[in-house]
Amino acid sequence: MSEWWSYRLGSFLLFSQRTYGSLVASYNAEIWPLQPVLVALGLVALVVAARSRSPLHARLVWLLLGGAWCWVAWAFHLRRFSTINWAAEYLAWVFALQGMALLWAGAVHSSLSFQPRSPARSALGGGIVVVALLAWPLVAPGLGRPWAQAESFGSFPDPTAIATLGFLTLAPRAPGWLMVIPLVVGALGLTMAWALQIAAA
Amino acid sequence: MPMPLPSADRRTLLRRGLMLSVCGMLPVHAQPRRELPATSLPPSPSAVVAPLMRPIPSSSEPVPLVGLGSWITFNVGNDPAAREQCADVMQAFFGAGGKLIDCSPMYGSSQEVIGHGLRSRNAAAGVFAADKVWVSPGARGPAQIDTSSSRWGVPRFDLLQVHNLLSWQEHLVTLFAMKAAGRLRYVGISTSEGRRHAELEQIMRSQPLDFVQVTYSLRDRRVEERILPLAQERGIAVIANRPFEQGDLLRILARHPLPAWAAELQCSSWAQFALKFAISNPAVTCAIPATTRIDHVRENLAVATGRLPDAAARARMAAHTDKLL
Repeated sequence: MSEWWSYRLGSFLLFSQRTYGSLVASYNAEIWPLQPVLVALGLVALVVAARSRSPLHARLVWLLLGGAWCWVAWAFHLRRFSTINWAAEYLAWVFALQGMALLWAGAVHSSLSFQPRSPARSALGGGIVVVALLAWPLVAPGLGRPWAQAESFGSFPDPTAIATLGFLTLAPRAPGWLMVIPLVVGALGLTMAWALQIAAA
Repeated sequence: MPMPLPSADRRTLLRRGLMLSVCGMLPVHAQPRRELPATSLPPSPSAVVAPLMRPIPSSSEPVPLVGLGSWITFNVGNDPAAREQCADVMQAFFGAGGKLIDCSPMYGSSQEVIGHGLRSRNAAAGVFAADKVWVSPGARGPAQIDTSSSRWGVPRFDLLQVHNLLSWQEHLVTLFAMKAAGRLRYVGISTSEGRRHAELEQIMRSQPLDFVQVTYSLRDRRVEERILPLAQERGIAVIANRPFEQGDLLRILARHPLPAWAAELQCSSWAQFALKFAISNPAVTCAIPATTRIDHVRENLAVATGRLPDAAARARMAAHTDKLL
């Protein structure tokens, strides 16, 4: 369509920063205290990925990640975000697809071993996971929003996608196609956050 | 508590008042104001005067010059407090004499939020319900319209517009058939921010439309060239969306002082200045600013109660704004 060039970033926003923040806070209250549990499990998974050579342990890590994607698909996108964004129903399918792919490749087929890997891969992958688990929840408060609007791994799309990219980086034989959806989701999330900030300015 | 229906005398008085304002723009304070059930809504700071109206060319039915948009502002999901706030805005809108509310299936939860407002404030009887059809292929249009109607809680829409020209050929067949069957009063088509005006123009020339909805603001005056004159020529009502450009226009204008001569136009804020410009174009039937605030919705309706700028004043408003932007 020739008019696509005329759309701005804000043209695709269906809701305000205030409404999105309220939705995030309400969702956080509903699932509490699942958030710290999931972040703690993510940290345990990072330690396992970094140190363990056990295929069973690796499977458990991918089980956690696959489950997190499926949980976000249902609990966040389908039950919550879809109330203000019709596109969330499609995002829920995308998240479920990624979750199933991680479960199939990592937990069922056990093809995503974390060994052997280079020190550079360890540093990069580990760093990405640490950012997703520990730094991402600080973004909302850092931008002046309440703690209740913090977004954490396993509960929200962006930190889950970023952590997944980190774990996939830690797995030397991880196929590139498993990174496509997390990359797209991360880009979409950053774009939306930027557009909301601009709109709220 | 159901909204009290006007008595025969009140109804007659109302009709006369509306016709006076439409035909001659006579003093609008003579018009009676529709009453709504009392709630906890804060009282209006001053006596409310009914807004000026313009007739829909295809029927001569008058509609207030200021309506209520719902893009983003009414998409509040299931948040009960936010829904009540929207319902309060609707109540203030109706209390100030507003009628036309515009929505779309594209606007997230806005249809349901409007439905909540109409139900909880017993206002369904007084609304001019304007919605859109936005789905492709066009065969899915009737099902979407049924869903929209159910979300609003109205038996039929007053106006349905093809949103952003999507599958307009198929949807217009559906909408004209609904109108012929008495299940719809007006048919329209919408676009925004200057998109696809050439195609819109073709549709306006070839189809018996009652309404078009386009973006028209102090800064975005692209429709003045061809669309608005064509609407007048073809007898098509015009809904002006984004008169404040989602607040962007007002944020820019706020950096500058309001010119002293704005007082002559009965404007004491940039919002009044911008809205008065949009509704004073004779081709515009109604502008639909969106808001989440009661004071803003009252201010918007109040803009339509005073004197409207003439062509010379409008040119001065546009020229002054061009210098600032």
